[in-house]
Amino acid sequence: MTAPLERVAKAASTTVFGLSAAAVAFFLFAAAIVVGFLFWQTNNLLTHQVLGVLNAEARILASEMSVGGRAKLAETVGAMSRLQGAGLYYLADDHGVKIAGNLNRVPPELTDDPHGGVFSYQPAGDNSGAAHLAVAIPVDLGADVRLIVGRDIEDQRTFADSIRLAFLLGFGILSIAGLLGGLAVSRLILNRMDAITATSRSIMQGDLSQRIPTSGGNGELDALAQNLNEMLDRIEGLMSGLREVSDNIAHDLKTPLNRLRNAAEAALRDPRGGDAYREGLERTIEKSDELIKTFNALLLIARLEAGPLEDSVEAFDLGRFVEDVAELYTPAAEEAGFALAIEAEHGVLIRANRQLIGQAVANLIDNAIKYSRGGEPGSAITVRAYREGGQPAISVGDHGPGIAEGDRERALKRFIRLEASRTQPGTGLGLSLVAAVARLHHGEVRLEDNQPGLKVVVLLSRTCLIAGSDAGEGDVRAGIAAQ
Amino acid sequence: MTSSGSSVNQTAGLPRRFAAGQLKPDSAETQDQKNAMRVLVIEDDKETALFLQKSLKENGHTADLAGDGEAGFALASDGAYDVLIVDRMLPRLDGLSVIKSLRAEGNRTPVLILSALGEVDDRVKGLRAGGDDYLTKPYAYSELLARVEALGRRTAPEEQQTRYTVGDLVLDRLSHRVTRSGEHILLQPREYRLLEYLMQHAGQVVTRTMLLEHVWDYHFDPQTNVIDVHVSRLRAKIDKNFDKPLLHTVRGAGYTIRDGPT
Repeated sequence: MTAPLERVAKAASTTVFGLSAAAVAFFLFAAAIVVGFLFWQTNNLLTHQVLGVLNAEARILASEMSVGGRAKLAETVGAMSRLQGAGLYYLADDHGVKIAGNLNRVPPELTDDPHGGVFSYQPAGDNSGAAHLAVAIPVDLGADVRLIVGRDIEDQRTFADSIRLAFLLGFGILSIAGLLGGLAVSRLILNRMDAITATSRSIMQGDLSQRIPTSGGNGELDALAQNLNEMLDRIEGLMSGLREVSDNIAHDLKTPLNRLRNAAEAALRDPRGGDAYREGLERTIEKSDELIKTFNALLLIARLEAGPLEDSVEAFDLGRFVEDVAELYTPAAEEAGFALAIEAEHGVLIRANRQLIGQAVANLIDNAIKYSRGGEPGSAITVRAYREGGQPAISVGDHGPGIAEGDRERALKRFIRLEASRTQPGTGLGLSLVAAVARLHHGEVRLEDNQPGLKVVVLLSRTCLIAGSDAGEGDVRAGIAAQ
Repeated sequence: MTSSGSSVNQTAGLPRRFAAGQLKPDSAETQDQKNAMRVLVIEDDKETALFLQKSLKENGHTADLAGDGEAGFALASDGAYDVLIVDRMLPRLDGLSVIKSLRAEGNRTPVLILSALGEVDDRVKGLRAGGDDYLTKPYAYSELLARVEALGRRTAPEEQQTRYTVGDLVLDRLSHRVTRSGEHILLQPREYRLLEYLMQHAGQVVTRTMLLEHVWDYHFDPQTNVIDVHVSRLRAKIDKNFDKPLLHTVRGAGYTIRDGPT
């Protein structure tokens, strides 16, 4: 176990934490702009209000002056100064001698300013020594008097100060909460990541059965974990396939190898000499050829299951091609006593591995001929190429003994030779090779009842079909001229 | 994927070592002498190389050996060989690089590639590198010999020959007519192609796999001997009503068409 401090440091150094810190910073920046704007607007509004009041007072005092002269003005100013309020007044004669008002002098901040402004002063009743903030404007009443009307705005300043404090506090709390949140989230993710890392490490050490734990939700991390798990399933499948191949090689190649050896030994021991040696050697070559065939088929299946082949895909007409391959077998089928019926829909243009599709069709027809022998003599073997719901399809049906429904799945596996067919020559890999070819083309193989007999349907992926390949009507089979 | 297609291209640059009339059956006696080939075997497995040298000698050819890619390239670039047999995996310089280098310097000697890698895309890679034919290990010697001889005796571009004649059997490539003793023989398109290929290689052994590759353009294992039935049908048409058979089965190897002693 890592120390908690180290864990925090680790969490703080993660990408997730960096991202959440950046998000918090951005949020604070945006909040500062909004709050600043609000503050500025409120301040403006209040200042405006104060100025409005000051202007109104200035007008009233100006009218006092015009009605009652300087004496009347001095009386009114004196009366207003005595009121317990926020109003500030200063009235002086043209020599600068104060006549009335609660301000003792012209505030130094305003001496040169004809428009008035903000200043600080020491209020008479307040002995705390703290200066108050105020706003004042001069009132123009002729040359012999000087009047300044003002207002204490200390309350406004206090309000502004408390708002500023609240904002600063808020920002502080937000920053800390945001960073802590980021830290918590990154620790959470770190835990999940650690689980993935731990799993992959134990897989690297050879335990392929390990899977990444998922929380059962639909989040990205679960999706990632699920994908990784599926990938692991595939890898495990491939690995076990490989193991299976080597097991099969051991089992199914050793037996014929042993037979080959026996044949050679028997020939050597044969007292007839020369001729027997010759026969023995010929048998040996025959048996080794069979072995090679099995070996090649095994390798090909393993190769196909490992993934797509490099640039070996070409475009061709499936119907014509299947017809072509079937025709190769027509004489052989007739010789064996069966009719080969070919129903190939022309114009099914596909992109696929032509040679492998050919191999699959060849295997199917070869199987059909082999196993038809167990059925009624002279029955037809039907080879079809067509489209099934947008998917290119090939089917080969015979009227042989067929495969019981329960055995069909097993028949597609490697080296499975059902009891009835054990006497037939062959590698036992024919159908599994067909299945591998279908899988390579993202398709599937279906074994169906041909009533009676077996019908094998190979479905290729619809992605193999070349778009717009509906043409092909009126295809006339070319004769010799096609060469 | 078609090896026959690339073969035609390769042949185009070949010097016309043999006159077009060489395929006529009356030269059968002198064929062995005339067709003795100089073969270079570039193969790192000594046992295989010696076996090939010995076997080729028994068939009237001479074979030189090279144990690695560089030595093989040096020997082959003289251009004195009729056919090169090149193993794909060689020390120093791999087989495909040897072929590419030879082709780059204008050497057009026919090449038969031998390889343990024999699946679908390996063949394409081999032919793309400039090889003319591809044989997968393990192979039957008869298969190798037939292919080497077919490569070494390739004549000028095929389209220049418009008539093939074996004995009294004539195949006219322009009219697609086949006659024997002046009698018209009606063939199916595939039978015609089969006969055309056999006559193109008259006097040589043609294996079942070669027929499957060149007449059908299939590079897969047909599981059973489907070719035999096709050949016997062809034989029924061209030989049945005549005294002298022309299409012969060569035991353990394949078929040959020739007018000579059986």
